[in-house]
Amino acid sequence: MKVIKIDKTEWTGGIDKSRAKYLLFGPVKDKDVQNNERYIFKQLSADQFPDMEASDTVLSPKGTVFPQTEKMLQVSLDPSVPDHHIMKRVDTDYSPRAVIGIRPFDAKALTLVNLNFDTKDYRDPYWCDAYQATTFVGLAVNKPSQFDFSTSMGSSPFGEEGLDVLLVDNGSEFLAKVITDKGQSFLDAAGFNKSADESSAQKIEELKAAAEKAVAAKVGTDNLTKRTILELHEAPFWNDIAFAYINCGTCTFVCPTCWCFDIQDETKGKSSTRFRNWDSCMFPLFTLHGSGHNPRGEKVQRVRQRFMHKLKYFLDKYDKGTMCVGCGRCVQSCPVNIDIREVCNIMNNYEPKK
Amino acid sequence: MENPYMPYPVRIDDIEIATEDKSLKTFKFVFLNKEDEEKFAHKAGQFAELSIPGQGEIPIGIASSPTEKGFVKFTVFKTGVVTSYLHNMKVGDIMGIRGPLGNWYPWDKLEGKNVVIIGGGFAFTTLRASIVYMLDPANRSKFGKIDVVYGARSPGMLLYRDELYEWEKRDDINMHITVDSTNDPSWKYNVGFVPTVVGQKAPKADPDTFAIVCGPPIMIKFTQPALESLGYGQNQIIMSLENRMKCGIGMCGRCNIGKELVCKDGPVFTLEELNKTPREY
Repeated sequence: MKVIKIDKTEWTGGIDKSRAKYLLFGPVKDKDVQNNERYIFKQLSADQFPDMEASDTVLSPKGTVFPQTEKMLQVSLDPSVPDHHIMKRVDTDYSPRAVIGIRPFDAKALTLVNLNFDTKDYRDPYWCDAYQATTFVGLAVNKPSQFDFSTSMGSSPFGEEGLDVLLVDNGSEFLAKVITDKGQSFLDAAGFNKSADESSAQKIEELKAAAEKAVAAKVGTDNLTKRTILELHEAPFWNDIAFAYINCGTCTFVCPTCWCFDIQDETKGKSSTRFRNWDSCMFPLFTLHGSGHNPRGEKVQRVRQRFMHKLKYFLDKYDKGTMCVGCGRCVQSCPVNIDIREVCNIMNNYEPKK
Repeated sequence: MENPYMPYPVRIDDIEIATEDKSLKTFKFVFLNKEDEEKFAHKAGQFAELSIPGQGEIPIGIASSPTEKGFVKFTVFKTGVVTSYLHNMKVGDIMGIRGPLGNWYPWDKLEGKNVVIIGGGFAFTTLRASIVYMLDPANRSKFGKIDVVYGARSPGMLLYRDELYEWEKRDDINMHITVDSTNDPSWKYNVGFVPTVVGQKAPKADPDTFAIVCGPPIMIKFTQPALESLGYGQNQIIMSLENRMKCGIGMCGRCNIGKELVCKDGPVFTLEELNKTPREY
């Protein structure tokens, strides 16, 4: 595996150089509505740089390819206009972009979301065009947070799945592991071309081992495939898990693998746009029928749906592990301390009564 | 590959009030581009998203049969934002249709078999498509006996009444029309709920007979034991489900029953398949 050495003094210069060929996205400091500082992933302006010291972002970077609100189609409702009431795809810029500083578990998460949007029957053009236009330049996590349980979920602080380049912070330099041709093209565009010496691979392995060891939480998933969907669905523990749940949906919004969305039309004057918004299985409206009937009208049904989808349905459907990468965001952000690590262990340890 | 969210533009060609309370109307659409009609080729049992620019989309079963060319038909109950708007639209208005979506009744498997169609209320749309499809001269010989149990609250609430009474007269289809109640003394068909009429009139099960059931949850709930007591096995009971939908192509995530998505893996499932799911519909 090829490793490039990037001296940190050359970093901003290279990033600037890459802007000629790439729209850049990365973590930057920002303020939330209550004026608290936190990091978010966003498109960088010409004078902004990805903050490579950023702490984990509250929201995952899924919005870089799957915006929280996204225009899909547009139409004129003015009968005097030719083609009125005939919808057209919104013209969106899908020129090459790079997400810099994405965490390995978040990059893996996007590969799981991709399974939903790029299928043998249908290709979601909005997701696919954005995902395929993007180069993912990841930053390995040297010091995993207390919420990180990625190693239990098929990812790792140094995981490479879904990444094109993996940057490893090695003090005064980044060691850049080139994973794909797309990644090589980005490094070329940035002018990062100094091969690292032979000891660098060893160094990366050492940092990786230390980081993986530092992931404290361990969650069991081995038995999830052995139980049937109905055994887990009908298990007696769901009421206890859902007891504190307050319908807020925070977990689904911060989650890097939650992809559910709503489609809405918005009209201003004679011009209308069809767009999609992130939606959440934790909201009663998500499944409410026109008749008033609601198959998941009770909170326990919605909490069960979220965990069953991530830890059982997805597992059975794709055979690609759970739909959770162990980032820990939902654990950190849940206002009532519902903890997917505990839920996963409960599900994994469950023995149905014979 | 084409954009699966892009509706085909259509023109409303005809609007017919379908029930006496005017809560249901049947819309006949013609494709603005002839080639779209060919791309839309569907099978009886599938649905489509009716797409009204500026309002939104609704998933509705396709009521016309693939054997009916030159148009597609949908019967729509007025209930929400989009359906209410649609009920006020006029012949000549332009809108969109996205589809066909979902799977269909298993026509390959049903060849050479007897088919019992059981429907209630306004869930008779894809069943109408199925009956027209099977009765088509090119197809009728592919199927054995055809029985239909269809009920509504009152005679005026039955969909496609003219066709029902025509089918009554034929000898290659056994119609069992019923209403919950009526004070019309000239009513010459059945009175009683669908599950009861199924128990009385539907043929007893044999390995070559399959039942297709589509109706409101309460009807489905009570029809199932009626069919089981006639001896129908779980793989001989075929049901069509509804759930709230948006995308119709298996991506937006809301219509799942366990790992199956009603919009893409369904809406048609055998009872055997459904019994393996959490049945969240």
